[in-house]
Amino acid sequence: MGKMNIVQAVQEALRLEMERDGDVVVLGEDVGRDGGVFRVTEGLFERFGPERVIDTPLSEIGIVGAAVGMAAYGIKPVVEIQFMGFIYAGLEQIFSHASRIRSRSRGRFTCPLVVRAPYGIGIKAPELHSESSEAFFCHMPGVKVVVPSTPYNAKGLLTSAIRDPNPVVFLEPARLYRSIKGEVPDGEYSIPLGKASVYQEGVDFTVVAWGTMLHRAADAAEGFDCEIIDLMTLKPFDEETVLGSVKKTGRLVVVHEATMNLGLGAEVAALAAGEAIEYLKGPVIRVAGPEAVVPMARLEDDYMPGVERIKRAYEKVMRY
Amino acid sequence: MPIDTLDRFEVKYLRIIDENGTADPSVMPPLPDALLKNIFEKIVLARTFNQRAMSLQREGRIGTYASFYGQEAAQVGSALAIAEGDWVFPSFRESGVLIALGYPMRRLYSYWAGDERGMQAPPGLNVFPMSVPVGTQAPHGMGAAWAMKYRKEKKASITYFGDGGSSRGDFHEALNLAGVFKVPAIFFCQNNQWAISMPRQRQTAAKTIAQKAIGYGIEGMAVDGNDAVAVYKATTDALDRAKRGEGPTLIEAFTYRLDDHTTSDEASRYRPKEEVEAWRVKEPLIRLRLFMEKKGLWTREYEEGVGKAALDAVDREIEAYEGMAAPEPSDMFRYTYDELTARQKRELKEFGWER
Repeated sequence: MGKMNIVQAVQEALRLEMERDGDVVVLGEDVGRDGGVFRVTEGLFERFGPERVIDTPLSEIGIVGAAVGMAAYGIKPVVEIQFMGFIYAGLEQIFSHASRIRSRSRGRFTCPLVVRAPYGIGIKAPELHSESSEAFFCHMPGVKVVVPSTPYNAKGLLTSAIRDPNPVVFLEPARLYRSIKGEVPDGEYSIPLGKASVYQEGVDFTVVAWGTMLHRAADAAEGFDCEIIDLMTLKPFDEETVLGSVKKTGRLVVVHEATMNLGLGAEVAALAAGEAIEYLKGPVIRVAGPEAVVPMARLEDDYMPGVERIKRAYEKVMRY
Repeated sequence: MPIDTLDRFEVKYLRIIDENGTADPSVMPPLPDALLKNIFEKIVLARTFNQRAMSLQREGRIGTYASFYGQEAAQVGSALAIAEGDWVFPSFRESGVLIALGYPMRRLYSYWAGDERGMQAPPGLNVFPMSVPVGTQAPHGMGAAWAMKYRKEKKASITYFGDGGSSRGDFHEALNLAGVFKVPAIFFCQNNQWAISMPRQRQTAAKTIAQKAIGYGIEGMAVDGNDAVAVYKATTDALDRAKRGEGPTLIEAFTYRLDDHTTSDEASRYRPKEEVEAWRVKEPLIRLRLFMEKKGLWTREYEEGVGKAALDAVDREIEAYEGMAAPEPSDMFRYTYDELTARQKRELKEFGWER
């Protein structure tokens, strides 16, 4: 057991899985000698060599597409995309191939790959380095989407993602990479995909959040007796835990960084409305990014839901 | 300082049997008679499958179908060079490749009739489902070859696509990666001159597609795609090179799509009749027949026997396809993930699809 940040936790999960399974390879731009733009893969090149920690040309379509072929063949590729805004080139490979090869071949071929990418704002990066487009991936059947929020769950969730027989998009909150530290057990462990965790128990209302927003939602909760759920797996998400909590508290707030329109918050709200309307005392409230293109550094604090905005949502839901 | 020349390139073109059925002895490989007959018989079988598919579509017994009529030499010639253990990444026009590899024709008919079970390759045949988004399968072939190299296996992948696919970024990124990592991947382009209504000249200003290999530092060559023997040799050589660790090859087979793009298309709207007629006399079976006759391998009776056997085989397969039970709606769920999600379980109940 030791304290580490998310960069170190992700790195440790990669190292342990690569030690455990000779078929796990890491590929991406600058992931080798340079250790990745966020240094997540630092040390892996030296430890496992150039055949398993592969520096690729600048080629998002090619990298993701090649990983589809590798995964179908039986190798386990863990792809790093440097920033979420650059994943868009690879979307067709994820949507038209990775997500459906199991279905199209009726189980003859599968695609157990992991695409890792930092997501979200808060690191004063250039344009298209701060996207939070998780909902795109959640919409596509056949893909799993995972977002860790702590060093502990980053390590356990990535371990599960690598072992999962389905394609997993693993989105790492860039803002949290080095800003929080937490206890992480030594050695390998896994946290099951598809299960949420109750971050904080409470009785008055339920808050659903993930990644960076989990911490904002928790900061805003001072003075409230609310239950905070860390969704962790966004697709397929743990409906049972969410509904159980909503039925207990009778109120629901969903917080996410992405723009509100068709964000995952809408799905969580619809679930509560569809399956637990008789328990709800008032409207489901979503706190989300504005309907605007993710801005550059000067406006990023304004874009991101802050503690004050979240607090106002808590106060509002408590009026019912 | 004068302008230096840093490098020089050439684009090689292989043709072995000309349109009169005469083989050039300087390039003719010593192929066993049985192989030549196999090529002929598989071309007849593939063509029979194709003709029957066109009729079945008109009768409403299958859905939209993409004919490969005219491209049989490119498809069968290359497919017969593929060894057990190699992986194949076809586009939607490669039914002929699959037939030559022994893919069950009943599954192909069922696929074209809208049944996804048809793309489940039988055990032992490493054939990916046909790619519908054009050219996007090229990185898959690269990746599988990468995995073969990683495991130090003497295998190769072959990715099929057309002249249209060569305009896609996926194709270029795949070739670039394949070159950088020197993987055992073959990229087999059937340049059939038309991508729906767009002629080859609208895909690229380059004289050939084969020369695109040069930009990626890999082997590239053109071949007469209506000469099955030349296609077989070029593909065999490329696969051998790949398995010796000498890297990828791009092959461009010049051929011609004698039919419409698919059964939903009408090529006469955009394609001059004279052009089609000029290619019709170059179709692959004519020269193979003449060549084999000169070698004493072809007689009218032989071809009649081959044709009859092909028709019988195709009819049996159509019967088998039409006798298949309809797919279960629950099949949609069963292969989305390795196991059902909570929502899928609920939907199975709600829709009454539980078995």
